Amino acid sequence: MLRFIVRRGLLSLLILFLAVSLMFGMIHMVPGDPATVMLGPKATPEMKAEFSRRLGLDQPLAVQLGRFYAGLARGDLGEDPFTNREVTVIVWEQLPYTLVLVLVAIGGASLLGIPLGCFSAIRRNSLLDRLTAVMSVAFIAIPSFVVALYLLLWLAVKWRWFPAMGAGESGNLADQAHHLVLPAIALGLGWVGYIARMVRASMLEVMEENHIRTARAFGLPERTVIVHYALRIAMLPTVTILGMGIGTMLSGALFAEIVFSRPGIGKLLYEAVLTRNYPIVMGSVLVTTGFFVLSTLASDIINAMLDPRLRERQGSGE
Amino acid sequence: MSKPRGLIAHTWSGLKKDPLGMAGFVLVSFILLLTILAPWLAPYDPLDVNVHNRLSGPSAAHWLGTDQLGRDILSRVLYGGQVALKVSLVAISVAMAIGLLLGMLAGLGPRWLDRVLVIGFDTVRSFPTIMFALAIVALTGPSLNTVIGVIIITSIPVYARVVRTQTRALRQRDFILAERAMGASTGRILRDHVLPNIAAPLFILASMDVPAVVGMEAGLSFLGLGVSPPTPSWGSILNDGYSYLRNSPWPIIAGGIPLIAVTLGFTFFGESLRDIFDPKLRGKDR
Amino acid sequence: MTAPVLDIRGLSISYGTEAGALKALRDVDLEVGEGSIIGIVGESGCGKSTLISAIIRLLAPNAQIVQGAVNFKGRDLLGLSSEQMRALRGDEISMVFQDPMTSLNPTLTIGRQMSDVQHRSTVSRSEKNACSVMMLERVGIPDPEAQLKRYPHHLSGGMRQRVAIAMALMAEPSLLIADEPTTALDATLEVQIIHRLKELQREFGCSILFISHHLGVIAELCEEVIVMYAGEVVESGPLREVFIDPKHPYTRKLLECDPARIAEPTRELPVIEGSLPNLVNLPDGCIFKDRCSKAEARCGIEPPKMSGDGHRAACHLLDHFQETSP
Repeated sequence: MLRFIVRRGLLSLLILFLAVSLMFGMIHMVPGDPATVMLGPKATPEMKAEFSRRLGLDQPLAVQLGRFYAGLARGDLGEDPFTNREVTVIVWEQLPYTLVLVLVAIGGASLLGIPLGCFSAIRRNSLLDRLTAVMSVAFIAIPSFVVALYLLLWLAVKWRWFPAMGAGESGNLADQAHHLVLPAIALGLGWVGYIARMVRASMLEVMEENHIRTARAFGLPERTVIVHYALRIAMLPTVTILGMGIGTMLSGALFAEIVFSRPGIGKLLYEAVLTRNYPIVMGSVLVTTGFFVLSTLASDIINAMLDPRLRERQGSGE
Repeated sequence: MSKPRGLIAHTWSGLKKDPLGMAGFVLVSFILLLTILAPWLAPYDPLDVNVHNRLSGPSAAHWLGTDQLGRDILSRVLYGGQVALKVSLVAISVAMAIGLLLGMLAGLGPRWLDRVLVIGFDTVRSFPTIMFALAIVALTGPSLNTVIGVIIITSIPVYARVVRTQTRALRQRDFILAERAMGASTGRILRDHVLPNIAAPLFILASMDVPAVVGMEAGLSFLGLGVSPPTPSWGSILNDGYSYLRNSPWPIIAGGIPLIAVTLGFTFFGESLRDIFDPKLRGKDR
Repeated sequence: MTAPVLDIRGLSISYGTEAGALKALRDVDLEVGEGSIIGIVGESGCGKSTLISAIIRLLAPNAQIVQGAVNFKGRDLLGLSSEQMRALRGDEISMVFQDPMTSLNPTLTIGRQMSDVQHRSTVSRSEKNACSVMMLERVGIPDPEAQLKRYPHHLSGGMRQRVAIAMALMAEPSLLIADEPTTALDATLEVQIIHRLKELQREFGCSILFISHHLGVIAELCEEVIVMYAGEVVESGPLREVFIDPKHPYTRKLLECDPARIAEPTRELPVIEGSLPNLVNLPDGCIFKDRCSKAEARCGIEPPKMSGDGHRAACHLLDHFQETSP
């Protein structure tokens, strides 16, 4: 088990390393030097030189990259050149908003999607099954920011059921939850269908397996057979998808955060992109990709915990 | 499936049995027609500003109302389709061509090359797409070409993986081995056997990729990172509408509908195509 | 003979397929007396699995019971509601399945699965566990308490099959249906399991319907045997009579191919030339005629009926075989 985690972790780190280095390299391949882009056309050469020196942009690429990783090892991502605040602090401030949004969205999507997929598999070709099939495809396809805009338009602006902006008053949990509803729906709606489809497909597969026939041959109540004997196994592939879903949602959250003017990593990155604030761009991309990689890893581990066969195969390092 | 006429007849008879797929096909054809005929159908110039008639609701003169500069939204939506069409055509065909090439290289080439390419595909796929797009835009500045470039880079692995799998499977088949033994060149084998066999899965993939590509373009344009301001795109119409949301809901309603229609139409059509040609692909969501 | 525990009369079952109705079982009669062990022999596709699925009413959704009756202790199982039927399964009727590798749930512990099987009992969890331990001990599993915490994949095939038998006997059923329980095991294990099953049958006094490919196992365990071919019963009777003096050409071929196989453990039935008839479009006359070396004109016209007393067979040439048999 440990060996498996370590191996997966190392592979993830390699991908992260490649991605970050690639981005770093690209900043320097862009025509025009970053200082000019960041400070705008009115900056004097002295200002640019001072700015470049402060960000270390006058050093060769390899040195900068080395410094970046050295800083990273110390948990230091550099400074925001505009406010002089530490990038790590800024990122840590925004991260919880995004994480809560993503967790609520994926949690809600699972709570809806798993039973829907399960019922669809059991009552195959029923009205509910066909409806779920069509709706899942539809919700997966429609871009989430369009869903967000329509929700904003109707439920927040027109009917005023939910607030349109922000994350709610700090310390006021009910208010924060109220602010969370629409962004979470916008983010999670497509996943309801996705999860339902996954669960349905694997339930249909598991229900054909021999041990389900055994359980039925012992007259176990159908509920027990479905929930404890079948769904438990059918969930395994879904958990993997959920893990990746958290990663994908971290970037999907960007649209929800912008449409609902909600603080978070996505909004931070977006604003940093608009102002060419490279340290913040690097920091938020690093954190998002890091979480993406981490959530994939976590889903593998949870999967192993649910499936004793996998747990031990990996434990013995085969 | 060798004769094109047989292929079309096969598709058509399959579609007739699938009402949802047929609906998707009709929707897609309808939108495509409107988009191509936009210059003739649009009642106004999409860039014509009229400050005396800003943010008005639907009327006989402006069926979908006007935006914050008094431009006719219907005309902008029709022309916006052309941006989506251009982006999807260019991005998907280039991504497919490169994916085809890399996938065949991985499938037929030496083992080390296959390994390197697969790790490359995985790295690109493991990067959250929107983050990638934003990062690139941050570096190169907003433009439609950047959007197309980002979509191409992120789509290549999708096509390349399918081509690689199919090529590898075919390579082991007897008739290919026999042709090789008889001295057929790799190029000939690719042209005569591999290409016809992967054409169907590739086109199904492409039709299912359209919603993602259109959504990506609209998303980036919505963020102001795609088309430059006066040009209408469904995303930029939504962006304008978002800024004036409390004054008029019409730009958002009008900009969202074609997006929903296109994504739904292509998805249902694509699913239907997949069921007709390759039932084995069913359930394998990427 | 006392009233049979299980009495099947004229059972016919078809599967709806695209090509038409696949007549998997045709007019099958079967009797299992109280405390007796009946063996069913036949190659793959002879309808054994359909037959047992019909008894426990776990048929595939496209299966249709065309006609017939399945009487279990005087109740017609085919007329029971699915809830009534579920009440019988794992209580009065138990099953041991073929493949011990896949017939236990891989994600639940042995203990959990064994206590789940006792779902009708109202005793506490620890008492259920005590029952499980006792049962595991009786089927010959060493250190039963430790096994409860283990998962199926920890156990060898033979051990898993013992667990399956323990689970099946837990409710002290009247009828145990064993569907090739030893086919997946190696020869020495097979013998051990068969002996254990025989002992347990004596202790519990239940009836056993034992399905096997393996003539040797049937010979070892059963008192009566039923030979099935392509969805029909072609011969039935007391074990010794059927094995020593087979009447139907199919049974003869099974035994003739290599008589030593009865004594020698083997995985498969002897190979007989030819293949099963098409069960969607049944041929006229006798279903075995294409593979029978002695087939005559009338075999292609009229299907033979089961005849004889006690030891019965369905063949037009019974007398003919009788005369020429050495």
